[in-house]
Amino acid sequence: MEEKLALMIEAARKSNERALAKLISHVEDRKPGWKDIMKAIYAETGRTCVIGVTGSPGAGKSSLVGEFAKQLGDMGYTIGIIAVDPSSPFSGGAVLGDRIRMRDISTYKNIFIRSMATRGMLGGLCQAARDVVRIMDFAGRDIVIIETVGVGQDEIEVVSASDYVVLVTYPGGGDSVQAIKAGVMEIADIFVVNKCDRGGADVIVSEISAMLDLSTETTEEIPPVIKVSAFTKEGIDKLMEILSEFIQKKNEGSHYQKEHIRQEVMSILETEMVTLIKEKISSNGNMEKELKLILSGKSDPYSVADELIKRFAVIKNPKQKRKGDFQ
Amino acid sequence: MGQDSKIRVLIAKPGLDGHERGAHVVAYGLRDEGFEVIYTGLRQTPEQIVSAAVQEDVDVIGLSILSGAHLSLTKKVMEGLKAKGANDVLVTVGGIIPEEDKKTLEEMGVAGVFTSGSKIKDIAALIRTKLGKNA
Repeated sequence: MEEKLALMIEAARKSNERALAKLISHVEDRKPGWKDIMKAIYAETGRTCVIGVTGSPGAGKSSLVGEFAKQLGDMGYTIGIIAVDPSSPFSGGAVLGDRIRMRDISTYKNIFIRSMATRGMLGGLCQAARDVVRIMDFAGRDIVIIETVGVGQDEIEVVSASDYVVLVTYPGGGDSVQAIKAGVMEIADIFVVNKCDRGGADVIVSEISAMLDLSTETTEEIPPVIKVSAFTKEGIDKLMEILSEFIQKKNEGSHYQKEHIRQEVMSILETEMVTLIKEKISSNGNMEKELKLILSGKSDPYSVADELIKRFAVIKNPKQKRKGDFQ
Repeated sequence: MGQDSKIRVLIAKPGLDGHERGAHVVAYGLRDEGFEVIYTGLRQTPEQIVSAAVQEDVDVIGLSILSGAHLSLTKKVMEGLKAKGANDVLVTVGGIIPEEDKKTLEEMGVAGVFTSGSKIKDIAALIRTKLGKNA
């Protein structure tokens, strides 16, 4: 590995903020050597408790994260926050505004906030976020909080990167229970009905509870449903109590661990395979020939996809000995 | 690879003026230029701005100041960056800046001063040139 990277890793291990920030950029940008960084730090990670916070846009995720990060910070934990906002599909740019709601904690010595853009990844969570969690873990953060972009009904990527998932909803957001019905409804470890100072929160709490009661799974614990207000601080104590329990439990070991690793390997594989095939395609005539065949009615997208997979992703004659193989 | 590398900008409003429009216009304009813009909202202390710039590892800070306190606020931000070893971050200033103060700001190390009437394209071009990045 380049000496510059090794020095950066060394400084990040000692919790140097600037080194940590630079390391994150290097990996997020997928600059040469990023995978070496991840390989080098992997053995020293896995200690941190990862809390994913998700929910519809405008539910108050940032404000809540700001509030409970502050409280956890005051308890003496070191905290990393990853706040994800969407990239523009047109310009590739982004406006990342989650820090606006976290101003009170922006100079806390033990809280490190990083904004990330999705950069074209769907699912409410970018692939690189997982790597950033790990880098923060390596740099000695006790707790990492991931705040996803505002999600709809089935963006559940966050669960594979978190030990616990907090789902934030609020009264008056249209039929907000509708919005969390499938998918996300099943991944939450705690339901938080925010903005309870506005009224109507009790109805949402009972609707969610009723829905959870319909579950036929009798062995699983029913996740708590609580109402809070990030504004008046009502219910925050109760939320902190539950989160503290989570953090305690994580220290006793997580039962999700193996499944998370499986998903992570799959996710890395998917990205790498797609990149590999894209590179092959662009360096082999960029599909021009195949596209012409489709346009002239001699082929179709399905056959072309099959053919490209055969050409670029399937190893031919695996039994045949290659030159240089040991006899 | 490295094609994912984006120019990251922190748009910050130090001090007590509440005129946010200019900061919004620049933030959204630079987003359309393909930059990742971190906006931290009104009434930030120089300390908060420096801390955000370091944690977010931005290439550029754009300070929006309409209060008349641009000299002292900018100076504090520059000093703060230096203290954190982050003085390679490009600093630009926008807002109501009298002509005679432009030179003082530039002497402090400010890379560009943009008053009303500035074009987003020009701001983006200056940033790209100074960083030597085409992202």
